[in-house]
Amino acid sequence: MFAPLRRIGAILNKEFIQILRDRLTFAIMLVLPILQLVLFGFAINSDPRHLPTVLYLEDDSAIVRSLASGLQNSSYFDIRERVTSADAATKKLQSGEAAFVITVPAGFTRDVLRGNRPQLLIEADASDPSAASNAVGMIQMIVQSSLKRDLTGQWASLAQGPMPVEIVVHRKYNPEGISQYNIVPGLLGVILTMTMVMITSIAMTRETERGNMENLLAMPARPWEVMAGKISPYVVVGVVQTLIVLLAAHYVFHVPFIGSLWLLSLGVGLFIIANLAVGFTFSTVARTQMQAMQMTFFFFLPSIMLSGFMFPFRGMPEWAQAIGQVFPLTHFLRIVRGVMLKGADWAAMWPSIWPILIFIAGATTIAMIRYRSTLD
Amino acid sequence: MLDASLSQSDLAIDVRGLTKTFGKRTAVDHVDITMPRGQVWGFLGPNGSGKTTTIRMLCGLLKPDAGQGTCLGYDILKQSREIKREIGYMTQKFSYWEDLSIRENLEFVANLYGIKNRRQVIDRALEDLGLTTRQKQLAGTLSGGWKQRLALAACTLHDPKMLMLDEPTAGVDPQARRDFWDQIHRLSAQGLTVLVSTHYMDEAERCDQIVYIAYGKLMTQGRVEDIIAGSGLYTFVAEGSSVRDLMERLRGQPGADHVAYFGNALHVSGGDLGALRKLVAGHSGMPGVQWHQMRPSLEDVFIHLMGQSTDNAGGR
Repeated sequence: MFAPLRRIGAILNKEFIQILRDRLTFAIMLVLPILQLVLFGFAINSDPRHLPTVLYLEDDSAIVRSLASGLQNSSYFDIRERVTSADAATKKLQSGEAAFVITVPAGFTRDVLRGNRPQLLIEADASDPSAASNAVGMIQMIVQSSLKRDLTGQWASLAQGPMPVEIVVHRKYNPEGISQYNIVPGLLGVILTMTMVMITSIAMTRETERGNMENLLAMPARPWEVMAGKISPYVVVGVVQTLIVLLAAHYVFHVPFIGSLWLLSLGVGLFIIANLAVGFTFSTVARTQMQAMQMTFFFFLPSIMLSGFMFPFRGMPEWAQAIGQVFPLTHFLRIVRGVMLKGADWAAMWPSIWPILIFIAGATTIAMIRYRSTLD
Repeated sequence: MLDASLSQSDLAIDVRGLTKTFGKRTAVDHVDITMPRGQVWGFLGPNGSGKTTTIRMLCGLLKPDAGQGTCLGYDILKQSREIKREIGYMTQKFSYWEDLSIRENLEFVANLYGIKNRRQVIDRALEDLGLTTRQKQLAGTLSGGWKQRLALAACTLHDPKMLMLDEPTAGVDPQARRDFWDQIHRLSAQGLTVLVSTHYMDEAERCDQIVYIAYGKLMTQGRVEDIIAGSGLYTFVAEGSSVRDLMERLRGQPGADHVAYFGNALHVSGGDLGALRKLVAGHSGMPGVQWHQMRPSLEDVFIHLMGQSTDNAGGR
């Protein structure tokens, strides 16, 4: 046989054996395309529908109820609950539980029937401009067709002329729809996820790979002391990264910061711990630094896709949102956007803080169990 | 074997029935070791025979599945922290930080042990091992011999009572090996107990006693001469220009358990002296071949021991 071909064939054969033997790389090659197909094919939707909506009704009538069902049936709005004060409505927007608040003022029905064109107030969470825009664009048509159905008989004439109500849209938190306002704070979460998970998992794995770990443990260092000493420097790295992003957000991108710096610091601190715990867990599983990198990638990719960083969280189907809820980045994005753009307070942020706490507890438990077993 | 009058406190290691299994493989199988303080003991055996596992159990890094005993008077099951404090363990592979300098490595170790007068202790350790001029060099750029010196300096820094060295001279050139052994004997003269695993027979002969372990089982233990004498092995050596041709002819013949070529001579060993004599007599008339009997070398004995033991690694 032609000699170069034989040699190429020999190398090729060896390569296939190695590919099949390295299970993690093999898994990445198989799972990654499937993961991407599923995420891009099913989970991501640039026309978000079923956006959580809260009603604040000061007036209740058949017309109002029909308006509400019109909104629901449009599939853009998903009416989750009614609140009884404007304050409660604002909290829902701040915490991210609601994307819209629709306020029907007192005397609405009376004014419609008198032809006084009362105001219908739509407050949209515009911190993510792309998430809100389509629904806002549809509202006029939805309200008009709903009223047309109800205004019959003696009121039919009202439906003929101009809109019987005046729709007022407040794009809150980012009225000009500047996408940097949404992306730059979110980037903080993405940067922290990538570096914290990657650096810790690699730094710990390097120690094992080079045999330093055995040496450390033969000296009077206890396992938890090794862990604490190795992880702490990366907390500092995370804090420095946070400062850089926040300074750039302020001076370069002019992103507003209207909330409490302390609340944000708490969120950043918890988020860093959560990611370090993930990195540490990976380091107890990975045998080489290469494997630690691959695991980081497996965590990072769904994190940015399903957290609401790249695509509106509410635009994803329920199952994808449920998976997204697992990742600490999802909750951190709500915290960082909530505090910086919406001025959310502790109460509004608690729904995003406790899932991170649970994540930390879970990841740390797994890390400790795995860590203990790798020592022997 | 050991003097029965030795009291408990004179023993550096006193373990019985030490056993460790990984999955289905028994790495160490009921090993008993009784080692007095102040000696240099060699730990020998083929690759994968359980030497490293045994050492790791003795210094508290691994929990044995069965067995019990003491190391430096501390219970190996319950007092691993105390044991770690008083032994210096040198891993088989260089395990100090390659991206730290020699001095930084030593400083780190000194801090970890909480050594007092750190500066002086490190200076003296650097001097003792001839590392002073290289102290700023990164450990990763050192050659094998210098790395071993650094490792030895680091694992003796905290003034341990005992050293456990796991194949410290593997891959090190003969000069560096000799220097390293000089250091070991210097430390031993200072009262340190040393347990050193090795593959080299010349190193085994530098030890007060040796322990031979194969496939997880302790095969023999004692002074080199005693082990050779007790092996029941006889060796004849054929010298001359045409001994190479003899090798194939002798191999497998009754009486010749092992035939090996060493430095221009053929070693033929066997446990049955009568059969061996008969075989030698049958091949003694050849031109250019002279026979004589000699004391079996340690290597002959170990090859013999290895042949007797059964592989526990299962087709490895």
